[in-house]
Amino acid sequence: MAKPKVAFFDFTCCEGCQIEFTNYGDPVFLELLKHVDVVEFREAMSEKCREPLDIAFIEGSFSREADRPRLEEIRRRAKVVIAYGQCAATAGINALKNHTSDYRKFVYGKDAALPHLDSQIAVGVDQAIKVDYYAYGCPVNKYEVLQIVSHLLHGKDPVIPNYPVCVECKRRETICRFDVGDYCLGQTARAGCGAPCPADGIPCEACRGFVDKPNHEALVKVLDKRAGMPKGWARHKTRMFTANQRGDVK
Amino acid sequence: MSKTLSIAVHHLTRVEGHGNIEVDVENGRVLKCEWQVPEAPRFFEAMVRGRHYTEVARVTSRICGICSVGHTLASLKATEAALGIQVSEQTFKLRELLKHAENFDSHVLHVYFLAAPDLLGAPSVFPLVATHGPVVARALRLKRLGHEWGSLIGGRTTHPTRAVPGGFSAFPSVAELKALKERMLAAVPDLEETLKTVKALAPAIPAFDRPTEYMALHSKAGYALYDGEIQTVLPDGNKKTYAVADYKKCTNEYLPKVSTAKYTKNRLESYAAGALARFNNNHDQLQPAAKKVAADLGLKAICTNPYMNTVAQVVEIVHSFHESLALVDHFIKNGVKDEPLAKPTKFAQGAGAAEVPRGILFHEYEYDKNGLCLGGNCIIPTNQNHANIQKDFEALVPKLLKEDADEKKMELRLEMLVRAYDPCISCSTHFLDVKFVR
Repeated sequence: MAKPKVAFFDFTCCEGCQIEFTNYGDPVFLELLKHVDVVEFREAMSEKCREPLDIAFIEGSFSREADRPRLEEIRRRAKVVIAYGQCAATAGINALKNHTSDYRKFVYGKDAALPHLDSQIAVGVDQAIKVDYYAYGCPVNKYEVLQIVSHLLHGKDPVIPNYPVCVECKRRETICRFDVGDYCLGQTARAGCGAPCPADGIPCEACRGFVDKPNHEALVKVLDKRAGMPKGWARHKTRMFTANQRGDVK
Repeated sequence: MSKTLSIAVHHLTRVEGHGNIEVDVENGRVLKCEWQVPEAPRFFEAMVRGRHYTEVARVTSRICGICSVGHTLASLKATEAALGIQVSEQTFKLRELLKHAENFDSHVLHVYFLAAPDLLGAPSVFPLVATHGPVVARALRLKRLGHEWGSLIGGRTTHPTRAVPGGFSAFPSVAELKALKERMLAAVPDLEETLKTVKALAPAIPAFDRPTEYMALHSKAGYALYDGEIQTVLPDGNKKTYAVADYKKCTNEYLPKVSTAKYTKNRLESYAAGALARFNNNHDQLQPAAKKVAADLGLKAICTNPYMNTVAQVVEIVHSFHESLALVDHFIKNGVKDEPLAKPTKFAQGAGAAEVPRGILFHEYEYDKNGLCLGGNCIIPTNQNHANIQKDFEALVPKLLKEDADEKKMELRLEMLVRAYDPCISCSTHFLDVKFVR
């Protein structure tokens, strides 16, 4: 049987999730190449193809209408489309400016009207095309990505966690950030990363987005009362990686 | 000469971000010769507004996935300058070690995965798995070392977790540092083989000289990466220094007619940042082993061939490796203390700079009395190189026409030139014309 054809595409993002793909090291990377054929990956290769794809990894947000035809073409070519990283999944950090309307003028001043600065609200690529699976995170958890690929190669549906990061902190016995006088978004954040941030002494910022149906009001209350955030910050807090999953999303 | 040719490379491959090359020549006359940047803008300076000072580096780290360590460090330094935070000597040294890890990691990626395929006549690293298996395996081993070394200090290399305002939120143990040292020493044969590979490929590096101004951080304490003042050197060796707080006086952003990307200039019509600029400014402070590699590979200051940036990166790989071994030894000998974070003493405006793999990087922020950010400014190295790349194109295209290069050769030479700068375009578009609004 021919090896499945895999391709990587990038839109509005920092391309850090593509870099994670080069961080596996020799044994994993070379083994992976025995099972899949990487046919297109602009950041690392000059080869381009027009042929049908088995798996398309799409990195980056949908942030300008001009990108829609490229997304649609990828969808036409690919059997399976994976939103690769948080920018593609929910627009992640790119959505942090979505609630403002003056961002073009603020950053570009008198040049704000230039056509190349065209940008609309940043959203996940599933707002333009159908997405089959999501590899969450900023950056992705590269081992979860391996599991997703492995499941697909075995004809199985990948299992993506829908429980909060708190579960993973308990599992690895990390002291709760609230108990050391900090804040944390772990109680509504989607797990699957292994909770590295609280273990490294910093709060979870929900870079993998929220679990399905998060109780945002309860989260704001906890941040306000238990962490004692300065006034207004608690309500503003979840714009960082989860602006598109808040109740007030435009 | 009556050559007519047209080159249109859209979304140049094997670079970070999106760039286009357009050249039109009619009857030997150059009608168009442009380096264009069509990357989608992301508005980071607007995103940091209203964010708490502890969140800002986590936001601006996301400007770039390849140099996120450097963005984090430049951001922390700007925030610490604005808040009057003095970090400890241990923090300073750990950050230097983290910066070296990024330099090593990113340069390995560029030299092996992005630049080498051109010199080996391959379209990417993937076909090299079959034809040059041991070279690819070696590249992956070195890449993994850079990643694991940076992760030990920073928590991870893509958007590091542990580097925070005032210090570090978690520390490596001496046992982990000893293990890192073992891993590094085990990589020495791979480094030696790398030098052999590069030396064998060096004759394929195109000859092309265009003297320009070179800007980099400079420090009396050593070859500057994490910290220093701004220095530029002209081709005749004339040097000038500037305080980091005065970065706008030597970057002078402007919007040119020919490009959609903003340009910078200082003493000449354009300047270069990156490994070659650092080498031209600070070569006498390199580790002896790195100096030897430079001599071996024919790199001599002041080098005005932009294609040699890749060679300067190889020299820096060796330099960062040896500097880091000394830093690791220091921590093995003296231990790593679990230090609390240094606290803010004021809330004002401040700028910070660091050398990222692609060159000098500036961040600046202002905070209100609650520690919430009022606005920011970031000037990214690739942005500073755009004008220099354009000027290189304008000199290189007529030279190649004179050499009777065909379309294919000219296209490859122009692509290789852009790749030599190792541009990070998705970063570079976030800078344009930033204003502080108060």
